[in-house]
Amino acid sequence: MTTPTVDVVDTLTGAAPDGVVAAVRSIRPVTREQLQASYDALFDPVDDAEFSLTERLLVAAFATGLTGADATADLYAERAADADAGAASVIASLVAEAGTAGPFGRYREEGLVGESADGRRFSVAEGARTQLGDRLAAALEHTHLLVYRPREAADAALQRLLDAGWTVSGIVTLSQLVAFLAFQQRVVAGLRVLEEVGA
Amino acid sequence: MSETVATQVQTFTYDEPHPHAFTRGEVGWLPWLEPLPVDELTDRHYDGLVDRARASSDYFRLLARDPEILRARTLVDKDIFYNTAQGLPRAERELAAAAASRVNGCVFCASVHARFAAHFSKSPEFVDALLADGVKADLGERWDAITDAAAALTATPIAFGPAHVTRLRATGLDELEIADVIHGAAFFNWANRLMLSLGRPVAPPDQA
Repeated sequence: MTTPTVDVVDTLTGAAPDGVVAAVRSIRPVTREQLQASYDALFDPVDDAEFSLTERLLVAAFATGLTGADATADLYAERAADADAGAASVIASLVAEAGTAGPFGRYREEGLVGESADGRRFSVAEGARTQLGDRLAAALEHTHLLVYRPREAADAALQRLLDAGWTVSGIVTLSQLVAFLAFQQRVVAGLRVLEEVGA
Repeated sequence: MSETVATQVQTFTYDEPHPHAFTRGEVGWLPWLEPLPVDELTDRHYDGLVDRARASSDYFRLLARDPEILRARTLVDKDIFYNTAQGLPRAERELAAAAASRVNGCVFCASVHARFAAHFSKSPEFVDALLADGVKADLGERWDAITDAAAALTATPIAFGPAHVTRLRATGLDELEIADVIHGAAFFNWANRLMLSLGRPVAPPDQA
């Protein structure tokens, strides 16, 4: 793996060298290093045979685009476009049509059924599916589930990925990717607010 | 060829009872996909597990299928929650984790971190109120500011804004402590999505 010279979260927060975010991050060097190491593990992988880097970037553009139009989403949209401009353009239009609010979903736990909330579900339409292929379309549908209604995740959702050609290890990395991005995008969003409010 | 192999793989199904609701009890967890068998773990996998004892966990042996991201995830997790020499007290980091888990609906994660929050704060009644009533529960101003910030950060689109920082600061948190709330709540948006999507919770033995 390459040694990064740029810390992605520093870049995305736009933190000033003498600002609040730089100060708090300097007190948490392990968090800072391992957050970057997580990004490197996913986007500069030792082995991408079961989930290619291009697929990772396309899924990342979709996941972060659904979560919000912010600096993090812009980064992955750009990286996805560099990797596969055609597919990235299809995904950008899917982001525009598939956006909703979360977290929502039905509870399986009997005592929580009263808290179940409904919302917009998503499946890739035929035209986009033809352009992206069944494998990537299945990953995007799973991503929409994880972004907005993780409490509804079920074995059937994993079976759909297996049936679309995903291996067990590929599904683990896909899950890590979408889940990590939920973290990274929120750290960036939170730290940007902290920087903006100031000391 | 890989497609032929993949279509033969089936998710696991279980008869064990689901938890009834959020609880501080010992919720179990069962994987829907096959963890790596212990006898297939190599040095690369143990490096990902960080603690060798984690090889006994189905969850960590499933995640060990991608050791590099597991390792970084584990190290960032430990620093966010256990590095308490400076910054927010452990109890309130666990509170942020439990609140994020409560909002996302991760009964397993909420149980673990509610137990920690109750233990370190010695205020189990407030933790139980969070589990029962959600983030709108009245936990006192400082805890309400933390759970409200965690909930706003957990919402999609992300709803965390300057008012959350101002409220946290007004209850006595400094910048590092506010950053700890941000990291603790944000991290559970990672953890919840893994736990919820790769397997399912099981009712505590005494509640089944």
